[in-house]
Amino acid sequence: MKNSTLIAIFVSSIFVNNIILMRFIGLCSFFGVSNKLSSALGMSAAVFFVMNLSAVVSWLLYNFVLVPLNLEFLKIIVFILVIASLVQLVELFMKKNMPALFKALGIYLPLITTNCAILAVAFLIVDYKYNLLQTLVFSSGTAIGYTIAIILFSSIRERLELAPLPNAVKGYGIVFITAALMSLSFMGLVGLFGF
Amino acid sequence: MKKVIQVFINGLIKENPVLIMMIGLCPFLACSTSANDAVGMGLAATFVLTCSNIIVSLIRKIVPKEVRIPVFIVIIATFTTIVDYLIKAYFPALSESLGVFIPLIVVNCIILARAEAFASKNNVFLSLIDGLGMGAGFFVAIVLLGIIRQFFGSATVFSSKELFSNPAVIMILPPGGFLAAGVVITIVKYIENKLTNKKSTSNLPEGCEGCTLKSRCTELLNK
Repeated sequence: MKNSTLIAIFVSSIFVNNIILMRFIGLCSFFGVSNKLSSALGMSAAVFFVMNLSAVVSWLLYNFVLVPLNLEFLKIIVFILVIASLVQLVELFMKKNMPALFKALGIYLPLITTNCAILAVAFLIVDYKYNLLQTLVFSSGTAIGYTIAIILFSSIRERLELAPLPNAVKGYGIVFITAALMSLSFMGLVGLFGF
Repeated sequence: MKKVIQVFINGLIKENPVLIMMIGLCPFLACSTSANDAVGMGLAATFVLTCSNIIVSLIRKIVPKEVRIPVFIVIIATFTTIVDYLIKAYFPALSESLGVFIPLIVVNCIILARAEAFASKNNVFLSLIDGLGMGAGFFVAIVLLGIIRQFFGSATVFSSKELFSNPAVIMILPPGGFLAAGVVITIVKYIENKLTNKKSTSNLPEGCEGCTLKSRCTELLNK
């Protein structure tokens, strides 16, 4: 990636390289929780929270612990453990201090451990060699991109539920074809900022 | 022996992880732009799945129930690291084109799901067979999609020459992935419905089953 000004990273991670529709990361949760708008909102709020936190923590760990000790090959294990324990910590903290928020997001938090979007962001910031500020911009942009895609999609899906469709297309068939059309419209933004 | 075949067929067809259970979708769509990439991804995931199934099954009696998920994840992450470095060393071109999706095998839902649902409850040999069966199911699905997308998108099959001119490039771009997967899933569901003889009784959405107002809605829709 040549162009790495902050605004370019931000816009590209939301639209041009939208994590779901252009990169195919985080699809399980995308199809899993997008059948209702309310659960889509809950999931994306939880993702926003954990994604930023885990990106910063894994950046710090990678650059200040793994690289100086020449342990880069452990990054897969370290990152997944960071995310898993972070999710646990957030869960405990919320339960104690923000019971209202916990009630709303609680059930989505355990799901996040196996949400590949979170882990992918940790790997991508290492691949792109971002600094801390770029990391923060990239992770929040990605989370916003995730939110936009999942909210648009769940609104469409609520209407699809009522559409009269042939039996075989019903369920996942039509959901994939709808995602194809959405992805096609996001493709129109390719080329923005030279990406 | 009968049980062994049953477990294998179960993973390959009856509970095909991608086409029936709808898990492990990220690599299914992202690594199917060409048949060669699809074969690489299919083999890598099968290797990790089978190895982690064996180890999980071996230690299933030692690991306390409360910490089993973190233990499973560490086992899976270990094998993913091995695969990552093997591919980097022996197939650098494949490593380049699969990119971040090799380390992401760690969060491939199929692997954790099988460790939790099968390997932690069954003996080592059956877990091995289950890993191979589920892996074969994933492999067949991803290679099928890879061949379809490569044929329409770049007019080639595996490493052949161009078969016709002006291919539909959109098929190897992200929208084509969703479209091809949607069509394949629809066909699979059509065949499944035919085989199980499930007749369409109503054109109500799936959530309506069991609702008390179901008959009323059916009436309205049939009018």
